[in-house]
Amino acid sequence: MEMTEKKLQTIFDQYPAKVQKSRKKHIIIKNSELESQEIEANTRTIPGIITNRGCAYAGCKGVVLGPIKDMVHIVHGPIGCGYYAWNTRRNKAKSDDPKHNFINYCISTDMQESDIVFGGEKKLAKVIDEVMEIFDPKCITLSATCPVGLIGDDMGAVAKAAEAKHGIQVLSFSCEGYKGVSQSAGHHIANNILMEKVIGTGDQETAPAKFPINLLGEYNIGGDGWEVERILKKIGYHIVSVMTGDGSYEALKNAHTAELNLVQCHRSINYIAEMLETKYGTPWLKVNFIGIQGTIDSLRNMALYFDDKELTLKTEVVIASELARIEPIFEQYKKICSGKTAFCFVGGSRGHHFQNLFAELGMETLLAGYEFAHRDDYEGRQVIPTIKPDADSKNIPHYVAEVDEKRFRLKVSPEKMLALKARIPLGQYNGIRYDMKDGSIIVDDMNHFETEEFIKLLKPDLFASGIKDKYVIQKMGINSKQIHSYDYSGPYAGFNGAVKFAEDISMGFASPTWNFITPPWKDQPLLEGTVNEEGVA
Amino acid sequence: MLDCTPKEITERNSGGIINPAKTCQPIGAMYAALGIHKCLPHSHGSQGCCSYHRMHLTRHFRDPVMASTSCFTEGSSVFGGGANLKASIQNVFHIYKPDVMAIHTTCLTETIGDDVSSIIKTADVAEGKLVIHANTPSYVGSHITGFSNMTKAMVSYLAESTSPIKKEQINIIPGFVNPGDMREIKRIVKSMDIEYILFPDTSGVVDTPMTGEFQMYPEGGTTVEQLKDTGNSKVSLALGRFASSDPADLLNKKCKVPVVTLKTPIGIKATDALLMTLRTAFAHEIPKELEVERGQLVDIMTDTHFHFHGKTVAIFGDPDIVTGLTEFVLSLGMIPIHVLTGTPGGSSNSVAGSFEDDINAMLKPTGIQANVKSAGDLFTLHQWMKNQPVDLLIGNTYGKYIARAEDVPFVRVGFPILDRSVHSYLPIVGYHGAMRLVEMISNALLDRQDRDAADEDFELVM
Repeated sequence: MEMTEKKLQTIFDQYPAKVQKSRKKHIIIKNSELESQEIEANTRTIPGIITNRGCAYAGCKGVVLGPIKDMVHIVHGPIGCGYYAWNTRRNKAKSDDPKHNFINYCISTDMQESDIVFGGEKKLAKVIDEVMEIFDPKCITLSATCPVGLIGDDMGAVAKAAEAKHGIQVLSFSCEGYKGVSQSAGHHIANNILMEKVIGTGDQETAPAKFPINLLGEYNIGGDGWEVERILKKIGYHIVSVMTGDGSYEALKNAHTAELNLVQCHRSINYIAEMLETKYGTPWLKVNFIGIQGTIDSLRNMALYFDDKELTLKTEVVIASELARIEPIFEQYKKICSGKTAFCFVGGSRGHHFQNLFAELGMETLLAGYEFAHRDDYEGRQVIPTIKPDADSKNIPHYVAEVDEKRFRLKVSPEKMLALKARIPLGQYNGIRYDMKDGSIIVDDMNHFETEEFIKLLKPDLFASGIKDKYVIQKMGINSKQIHSYDYSGPYAGFNGAVKFAEDISMGFASPTWNFITPPWKDQPLLEGTVNEEGVA
Repeated sequence: MLDCTPKEITERNSGGIINPAKTCQPIGAMYAALGIHKCLPHSHGSQGCCSYHRMHLTRHFRDPVMASTSCFTEGSSVFGGGANLKASIQNVFHIYKPDVMAIHTTCLTETIGDDVSSIIKTADVAEGKLVIHANTPSYVGSHITGFSNMTKAMVSYLAESTSPIKKEQINIIPGFVNPGDMREIKRIVKSMDIEYILFPDTSGVVDTPMTGEFQMYPEGGTTVEQLKDTGNSKVSLALGRFASSDPADLLNKKCKVPVVTLKTPIGIKATDALLMTLRTAFAHEIPKELEVERGQLVDIMTDTHFHFHGKTVAIFGDPDIVTGLTEFVLSLGMIPIHVLTGTPGGSSNSVAGSFEDDINAMLKPTGIQANVKSAGDLFTLHQWMKNQPVDLLIGNTYGKYIARAEDVPFVRVGFPILDRSVHSYLPIVGYHGAMRLVEMISNALLDRQDRDAADEDFELVM
C-alpha cells in the first residue's frame, strides 16, 4: 500500500494539537525529486508519548564505555542504573588476562537516602579504594546518574584525588540521565573524555604492522566485531583498536598510530573520528559491514584508500573466496524472504545499515528510522552547518581536539585526498534518506501509537526493532526481529553475519507456530463436523 | 568466568555493591501497576528509567510491558517536572486511553522534590478517569519496596469502607510473584469456595495468549471496583512481609480490615499455613482436592528424599521468596548454608521485619551454621561459595555466572529469569508449586550426577 500525505494525516489527526504539530516534523515520506527533505531530530521527547528512547547514562556507560573490558566501570547512583546495564547489551569480550576482564561485573555506589542528603563523594572515593584493592585495574571510569548532578557531587574532584592516591587513570563522566534528550548525549560525553584523556596517551609512535586501522563505532554485539576483524586480518590489515567492542584500555591509548579510521556507527563515534583527523591527520572512512554488498564496498573503499597493489589483490581474493562459500547458502534463504516487506526502526545507526541486508534478501523496507539520531544521520553530513543546537542539547560539552604538533601527519596528500573523496565516503556519510526508496517512510523517535498505526496501514511481514516492541509486534502475528540484541544470535556483520541473519529471518518466516494462532473452532461452524474413528472429519 | 573474584574475603565497608541481588524501586511499582485492569503505569522521571524497567520486565515475561514517562530534560530537572507530568497526563489519556494512570517516581524526581499529588490535583483529568501515584525513590530499599509502595497507593487512593459490616470476602496481596503464582493462589482460594480480591493481579496481563491481535490493556488486572471494595473485606492476607505487609497495614488503618501476614506460600509448611488461615477465617473445610494435592506432594517428597537429603545449598533473591525457599529446602532435608538477599531488611517506616532474623529463626532448631545476609550482593555470595562450596545454587538468572564459575548445579527461581522461558506461567507457590520445585531441584542434581558419573556408574534407574 502506497503511503501518502493524506494517510499520514489520518494518524496525526488522532493526536492532541500540540503533539500533532511536533510529530509532523519528525516524519517524512522519501521523495527524491526534492533535493533535500528536512526532518526534525534530536529534540526533546514528548511526555507521555511512549517513546523507545533511553537516557544519556545508557549512551555513555551502557554503549560506549561498558564494552571496554579492562577498565572497571563504577556507576555512581542508586542501584538501578548499574543493574540494568549489567550484561544486558551483548558487547562480547574475551581476554588473555582474565584477571583483568571485568565485563561481567556491575559495580555501583548504591546511593542511599543519606548519600542524597549529605552527598555521595566520600562513598564514591571509598568504592574506588575497594575496587583498587580487589581488582587492581589500570583505569577506572565513573559514570554519573540522575541524582548526582542535582545534589552537586563533584565527581571530577573525587577522580582527581583517586588518581593521585592510586596512580592510575580515573575518568569521570557527567552523563546524568536527564542530559540532552536521549542516549545520544551520552555518546558525545563519552567521546569527549576518551579523546581528551585516553586516546593518544600511549607511547607508540608508529603501528607495529602494515595497514594499521581503527574500527570505530563497532560494539561487537553477538561477535560482529570479531567477524569484521576476521575478514580484515585475512586481507592483511592490522587492527590497532576497536571502539569499543572487545576494546581495551591499552589499545585505545595507541589508537593514534592508525593510518585510517573506519566508522561503522556514525552517530555514536563520529566525534572521535573527527577529532582523530584534527589531532593526528588520520582520515575516517564510513563503512558498513552489514550486508554482503556493504561489506564488499567497504573493503574495496579501504583498498582504494591504501592504494597498495598487493592489498588490493588480496582484497579481491578474499571477497571472491568468501562469496563462493556463502552465496549458495544465502540463496536458499533468499527464496524464503524474497518479496516480503520490512520495517526497520533502531537506535541511531542500524535503522539504515540493515536495509542493505533486507534488500539482498529481496525484501523491501517500507519504513525506517532512528530513536536518537541527528539530522546528519538522516540527511547526510552536508546539513551539519545548518543544524541549530537547541536548549536541551547545548549544555552537552563539545570538546574540540587540537593539532598534536609532534604526531600530526597527513596520511595522504591533499590532492589525493580530494580525488579519493570523489570516489569513496572519506569523512562523509550520506544518511538514511539517501538509500531509501521513494514513497518509503522515515520516522524519528517513533512511539508506540505510531508503531501500531503504521503496522495497520502498511502490514509489514517483518518488523526489525528492539525488545520493548518485539512482543507487541508478535502478538499481531507479525515476525519480529530484534536488531539491537539480535535475539541472542549473531554475528550479523560481515559475510558470515549476512548468512546468519538470513538464516534467522527465514526461521522466523518459516516457523510453523504462526499457523496455530487461530483455533480451529474459530473458523469452523459448530454443527458441521462429525467425529469418526480418526477424529474430527 | 568471574575470574576477578578472589577467594579471600576482605571486608568491604564502603556501602558500594558488586553484582547486585536487587534492583531499584520503580520497576516493582511498574509491575504492581500492571496488576490493575486498564491501567498504564507512568514513570515520572527521565525516560531512561522507564525504558530500562520496561525492557527488564519484558525480558522476564516475554510479553509486552507498556508504560509511559515524563521524559525529563535538564530544564525540568532544575525547575521541576510539573509541566512534564501534566502534559503526560493529557497525552496519555488522549492517545492511549487507559482507565487509570498509576504514577511512580524515580531518584531524579524524588531528589528535586516534585510534589506529585499536588501536580495531579491541578492536572486536567477527564471524568471517570483516575490518576494514582506512589513515591518510589530508587535510593531507598529495592524493587520489592517499590512494589509495596505502589500497592499502598492502590489502598490510599482507592480502598473504601462503605458499610459497617464487612463482607465475607478476603483480600489477598500476593507479593512480587509471577502471574502463574497469582493464578495458583486464586485457584486455591476458589477451591475453598471463598470470595476474594487479589491485588495487584498480573495474571492475564503479562502472560497473555497469542490471538493475532495486540491488546494494549489485556483482560487481566484487578479492577478499580474491586480495589475500592477491598475496604469492605473481612480480612487481608499479606503474603510475604516485604512486599505485602505495608499495604495490608495501611488498609487496616484506613478501612479497619484486619491483617494476617504469612510467608509467601512456597513449600508445604507455608502452604499449610495459608490453608489453615483461610479455614479459620471463614470456617470452611479444606476441600478433598487440596488434601489430595498435599498428599501427592508429601508422597513425592518421600519418594525422592534421597536425591537431596543432606545436600548443601546456597539461595539468593528477593526476601519473601528466599524465606519461603529456605523453609522448603529445610523440609526436604537440605542444608542451606548461604542465604542472601539484596533488599535491605526493614526499610524505613516499614513493618517488614528483619530478613536475617527470619532466616536465623528457621535455622536455629536445625543447628545449621549458615551465612545469612540482607542488603548483600552476589560478589559476597560468590566468595562464600568459594570458601564453603555447595551442592546446589538457587536464585535468579544472574546466578548462572557463579554456577558456571564454580561448576555448581543451578535452579532458576525468582526475578528476573531472563534466559529461560515458560517459568512465569507455572507456579512455585502452593502444593503444585512445591511439586514443581522438587522436580526442578532433583532434576538439576540428577543431571549433574549423570554428567559426572563414570560409564560403569551411569544408572538407568535413579
